[in-house]
Amino acid sequence: MGGVSVESGDGAAAFVTKDGEGLSHIDLIVKGIHCPKCISDIEGSLHAKDGVRNARVNFSTSRLHVAWDASRIGSTDIVKTITDLGFGATPIDAAGERTPDQEEARRLLIALAVAGFATANIMLLSISVWAGFEMGEATRSLLHWISGLIALPAVAFSGRPFFFSAWRSLRASRVNMDVPISLAVILACVLSVFEARAGGVHTYFDAAVMLLFFLLIGRYLDLRMRVRARSAANDLMALQKMAAQVIAPDGRTSTVPAAAVHPGDLMLVAQGERVPVDGVVESGRTELDVSLLTGETVPAAAEQGTAVFAGAINLGAPIRVRAEKTRETSLLAEIARLMEIAEQGRARFVRLADKAASVYVPVVHTLAAATFMGWWLLGTGGWIPAATNAIAVLIITCPCALGLAVPVVQVVATGYLFRRGVLTKSSDGLERLAEVDAVVLDKTGTLTRGHPELITRDGVAEDDLALAATLARASRHPLSRALVRAAGDGPAAKDVTETPGFGLAWASPEGEVRLGSRAWCGIEEGAGGTGPELWLRHGDGRTVHFAFEDALRTDAAETVSTLRDMGLTVTLLSGDRPEAVRAAAKAAGIEDFTASCLPTDKIARLEALEKQGRKVLMVGDGLNDAPSLAAAHASISPSSAADISQTAADFVFQGKRLGAVVTALLAARGARRLVLQNFGIAALYNTIAVPLAVAGLVTPLIAAVAMSASSIVVSLNALRLNLMKPGVR
Amino acid sequence: MGVIGLLIPIALFLGFIGLIAFYWALKSGQFEDPEGAARRILLDDDLDDMGPKE
Repeated sequence: MGGVSVESGDGAAAFVTKDGEGLSHIDLIVKGIHCPKCISDIEGSLHAKDGVRNARVNFSTSRLHVAWDASRIGSTDIVKTITDLGFGATPIDAAGERTPDQEEARRLLIALAVAGFATANIMLLSISVWAGFEMGEATRSLLHWISGLIALPAVAFSGRPFFFSAWRSLRASRVNMDVPISLAVILACVLSVFEARAGGVHTYFDAAVMLLFFLLIGRYLDLRMRVRARSAANDLMALQKMAAQVIAPDGRTSTVPAAAVHPGDLMLVAQGERVPVDGVVESGRTELDVSLLTGETVPAAAEQGTAVFAGAINLGAPIRVRAEKTRETSLLAEIARLMEIAEQGRARFVRLADKAASVYVPVVHTLAAATFMGWWLLGTGGWIPAATNAIAVLIITCPCALGLAVPVVQVVATGYLFRRGVLTKSSDGLERLAEVDAVVLDKTGTLTRGHPELITRDGVAEDDLALAATLARASRHPLSRALVRAAGDGPAAKDVTETPGFGLAWASPEGEVRLGSRAWCGIEEGAGGTGPELWLRHGDGRTVHFAFEDALRTDAAETVSTLRDMGLTVTLLSGDRPEAVRAAAKAAGIEDFTASCLPTDKIARLEALEKQGRKVLMVGDGLNDAPSLAAAHASISPSSAADISQTAADFVFQGKRLGAVVTALLAARGARRLVLQNFGIAALYNTIAVPLAVAGLVTPLIAAVAMSASSIVVSLNALRLNLMKPGVR
Repeated sequence: MGVIGLLIPIALFLGFIGLIAFYWALKSGQFEDPEGAARRILLDDDLDDMGPKE
C-alpha cells in the first residue's frame, strides 16, 4: 500500500532532541515491559539497527532512551521497531531532566548513607564505652568527643529532612511527627555535648544518629511508593502531549504538538496513530479503535462526515480530519478534568500513620514536660538531671518503630502483590482498599475479557475456519485476530487486500475469496445474529457465518460469590445495552445492575453509595470508567484497560483472572492487620520503656537496644505477610 | 592505649571510603533503575550488552 508509506506519520519527530555531537535523542514510555527478556528484546533489536548508538530501558519507570545517527535511521523506524515487537511506545518530552521526586530520593539516600556511616562508627566507640573494662576517664572522654565530632555534622546533614519539615509545620502553627523527632535529636546532641564537657558517663550521640538512620529508611521507602504512583500520572500527561500532523493549505505537512492545533486545521492521521483533537473526517475511509473512549471492543467505521474524538486509534488507511476543538476542549481533556475533580474528594483521606501521630505527639510532649517538672520540683539535683530525664523520655519514645511500621508493611505488601500480577500504584491505596465494603464492577473488559471471541466454532467446518484464518492473518482487525486465535497456527495468504470498513479479499485459484462484513460478502439483512460477526464467501459463492461474543472471564462468577462471602455488596454498572448487561449480570450472579450508564451516572451512583456510608471499590477499564475510578474510595483496573483508567486506578492487575481483585483485597486487609499490630508493638515497647525513662533509669545502652530491637521486630512482623496463602482468608 | 590513636582514624577512614563509594555510585546513576538491575542480571547476553554499541 504505497499511499500509507508516503503518508505514514512521524508523530515521534516532535519529541526528538539533538545533542552537540549530531546525535538524535528520544525518550519513550514503553508499555508491556515485564521481564528480562523484554529488556533484551527491545535493546537488542534497536542495537541491531544501523545507526542506533545507544538504547537503554529503565525498567523501574518503563522508559526507554534511544540515541541515534539521524542520517542513517529515522525516528519512525525506531518507534516501529518497538511496536513491531508488540510493545506500545509513546514518545514523551523528557529532555533529560530529573523530576523533583528523583532529586528528593537522591537527597534522602545520601542522608541515609551519612547517617548509616555515622551510626556504624559511633556504635563502634559506644560499645567499648559500655563494655568499659578498665577504661580510664580520659579515654572515655576522648571516645565521647570523637563520637560527638562524627555525630554533630552527621545530624546536621542527615536531620535536615526532619528539621525543615518540623519548621514548616510549626510555622503553619501545626505539630507533625517531625517536631518530636527533631526535638529529641537536637536535645540529645545538646545534652551529650554538656555531658562530654563535664566528663560524664553517658552521652546520647549514638542514639541520635541511629534514630535518624532508622527513620530515614522509613522515609525513603515511603517516598519510593509515592514516586511510583506519580510517574504513572505523568505518563498520562505525556499521552495528552500527543503530536499532530497538520496539513498546510499548500499541501505540506508539518508535525506539531497536539496543543498547537487550532479548530479548522486539517490534520492527517496515519495508520496506527491516535486522533490528536476532536474533529470531523474530511476525506478517507477507515476503522477507528475507540476503546480508549467507549470501552467498545469492535472498531467503529469512519468516513467523510463522521465525528471522531481525540484518543481514537486509526486502524486502517490514513484519513484527513478537520479539527473542531482544541486539545483543551476535546472530550479526552474533559474526562481528565472530571477525574481531577473526583480525586480532590479523595485527598481528604487521613492515613493511619497520621492518625497515630495526632494522638502520639501531644502525649509524648506532655510526658516529657511532666518528667521535667517532676524531677525539678521533687528531685534534689536541680534542673540538670530534670532536663536529662525529660530528654531521655523524648528519645526513648521517639517513633522509630512507628516510623517504620507503615512503610515496611507497604513495601512487603506491594512486593507480594507484584509477584501475583497486581501492580500497586498509589501509596495509600492499600489502606483505602482494606476499608471497602462495596464493589462496583464495569462490564466490558472487566467482567468480560474485553475482546471478542468466536462462539460459533462448533458450527463451522474445519476447512472453512482454516481458509478464513489464512486471510485473517493478514489483518490487524480485532475480529480477524479473534478468528486467528480460534484457528490456531497456520499459513497466511499472500496478496490479501484490505478495504477498511468492509473486509479482506484474496484471489484464490478458484476465484476471489472474501472475508468481512455482510455487505462485503453480499449477504442480505436478517441472516445470522445481532452481535459482532464476520462472513466468509468462497470463490464459488458459498458463504459461512462467524459470530463473536465478548465472553465473561472464566472466574467471574466465582469471584463475585467470593466477594459476597467476604461481606461486600456487588453492583454492575455498564454503559452497554440493557440486554447485554442483563445477560452478563445473570451469568456472573450479580442481582444489582444498571445498563446504559454515562460516566456522570456512574459517579452519581458512587456518591449515592458513599452517602449511605459505604466505602466503594470500583473495578473498571474504559475511559468512561476513569472518573469513577478516581472518585471511588479505592479502584482497580485490568492491565488491558485504557491508559487513562490505569492512571486513575490504585491497582492494576495483569492476566485473565478477575480473582486478582480478591487477592488485592486480602493483601490489603492483611497489610492493615500488620500495621495495626506494629502500632501495638510500638505501644507495648513504649509502655515498658517510658516508665523507665521517667524514672531516670534509661542509659544510652538501654536506649540503643530498645530502639533497634523494636525496629527489627516491626520489620520482621511485616515480612509475615509473605506467609499468607493466596485465596485463604 | 596509644593504639587507639591509630585504630580509630583507620576505622573512620575505611568507613569514609565506603561513604564516598556510595556517593559515587549514586552520582553515576546506579540507583536510577533498581528493578531493572535486578532483572538484567538474569540476561545471558551481557557480553553484547556491555555499554553502548560502537
